[in-house]
Amino acid sequence: MPAVAASKGISRLFNRKLYRGLASVVLFFVLWQVLASLDKLLGIDSLRSTVIPPPSVVFKTWWSLLLDPNYAKSWYLSVSRVLAGFLAAVLLGIPLGLLMAVSSKFYRTVFPTFEVLRPIPPLAWVPISIIFWPTQELSITFVTFLGAFTTIVINVIGGAKSIDMRYFQAARSMGASNWEIFRRLILPGTIPSIAVGAEVGMGITWAVVVAAEMISGGGSSLSGAGGGLGYFVWNSYVGGVFPQIIVGMFSIGIAGYVASSAIRKIGKLVTPWLQTR
Amino acid sequence: MAVDHCSLDIAAGEICMIVGPSGCGKTTLLNAIAGFHEITSGSITLDGNVLCNAAKPKADPGSDRIVVFQNGALFPWKTNLENVKFGPAMRGIMSKAEITEKALGMMADAGLAGVEQNFPGEVSSGMRRRVEIVRALMNDPKVLLLDEPYRALDSLTKSVMHEALLEIYYKNKVTIFFITHDLEEAIFLGHKVAIMTTRPCKPKKVLTIDIPHPRDYGVLTSKRFRELMEETEEIVHEEALKAFEAGEREN
Repeated sequence: MPAVAASKGISRLFNRKLYRGLASVVLFFVLWQVLASLDKLLGIDSLRSTVIPPPSVVFKTWWSLLLDPNYAKSWYLSVSRVLAGFLAAVLLGIPLGLLMAVSSKFYRTVFPTFEVLRPIPPLAWVPISIIFWPTQELSITFVTFLGAFTTIVINVIGGAKSIDMRYFQAARSMGASNWEIFRRLILPGTIPSIAVGAEVGMGITWAVVVAAEMISGGGSSLSGAGGGLGYFVWNSYVGGVFPQIIVGMFSIGIAGYVASSAIRKIGKLVTPWLQTR
Repeated sequence: MAVDHCSLDIAAGEICMIVGPSGCGKTTLLNAIAGFHEITSGSITLDGNVLCNAAKPKADPGSDRIVVFQNGALFPWKTNLENVKFGPAMRGIMSKAEITEKALGMMADAGLAGVEQNFPGEVSSGMRRRVEIVRALMNDPKVLLLDEPYRALDSLTKSVMHEALLEIYYKNKVTIFFITHDLEEAIFLGHKVAIMTTRPCKPKKVLTIDIPHPRDYGVLTSKRFRELMEETEEIVHEEALKAFEAGEREN
């Protein structure tokens, strides 16, 4: 019975892929453990690779950190900054991008300034941000905002401008006014680009927040909370608690992955017509 | 210059086929009628109203002359039904219920029942073409401007589409301006066939096809059809050769 054989074959294939994936992850940890324990295994002292904490120690440290309020607070701080910066970038970037796409006058006025400021990496903004903004929280959030903002604006403009001319002609043929064209053509036609810009922007936001937290250091009662996962990593380094560095790194990776996945899922939800191809 | 000294009269409710080699300027002519292109001299009138002339070189695009495009221009982010409802929904003259009823009815007439909730990308290109024609007809246009709509379809689908188009035409009696490079298609569908010269194009010969409507695919093997094909094949071939030698690009 071919249908049954096919489904059995597919599930077997799926399991093989799963095992292969798991196997490679396990291999990674095994290799790591071996490299970190080379001095004990080979009886040679002062091997470079043994400076890195082995996974066993890292996981033990992580386990104990799960109950540590400071660790939880680091998560909370980073996530809230990312959310705030990203949301601001989306709420400001999409309208700005759309305005620049539909009005050539506005575009010519704004784009030169935008293009000159864009190459400045968000991290280069950190000092001026700290000087300008009254709280440390605002200064870090501003920098994360910048990262996502420029990406979203560029993607929105590109997306709106790449809508096929024929759609405009068809709509005009059916008697569409400029407002109708904007509402029924440009807005929905730009959504895929907005989704792409948002996903890339989210990735950039995470990268920026971590670095910004490392640079701006811990908090004081005056300037605000400080902290965050980036600061956690840096602080662990400075404080000499090396396993915590790796815990911090993995935490950032997981957080970034979850955030990007969430954005990607939302992107798929708002572009149902692309999911059917 | 894409079109020069072109003079054409099309009667109401007539199917007028424009045949010519690729790149000869047929699409420019259609675009001028639709209002996407400017004219430099002469005039285009519809039912006595001047659409454009030397004083007003570009016609206003409007729902009295709706274009169906070569590669289709259905909005991919809307379902087929939403696409079909687009024109009337935008103008808001009818109520939502009325629009939906009319749309469903017209889609069913065109053999599109069942794909209303699909996106254009999910159905075959033949169906997409039909949806686009229905979308145009929902606006009660006086003229349908078809720019080689079946060019990208395989010949099997094409033959079905021809009969489908005629069925829709018999129900709606709209004037049709149909650009094609397929002479057989032109003689099969049209009341009138205008064979265009190469760029700058103008009608080299205008034929009246006296095969009576309603037509079906049996017509293709009829004696009259063969006679008409013989009459026109040579003229078309002559222009095609000229275009080839002039190195016309595919549009």
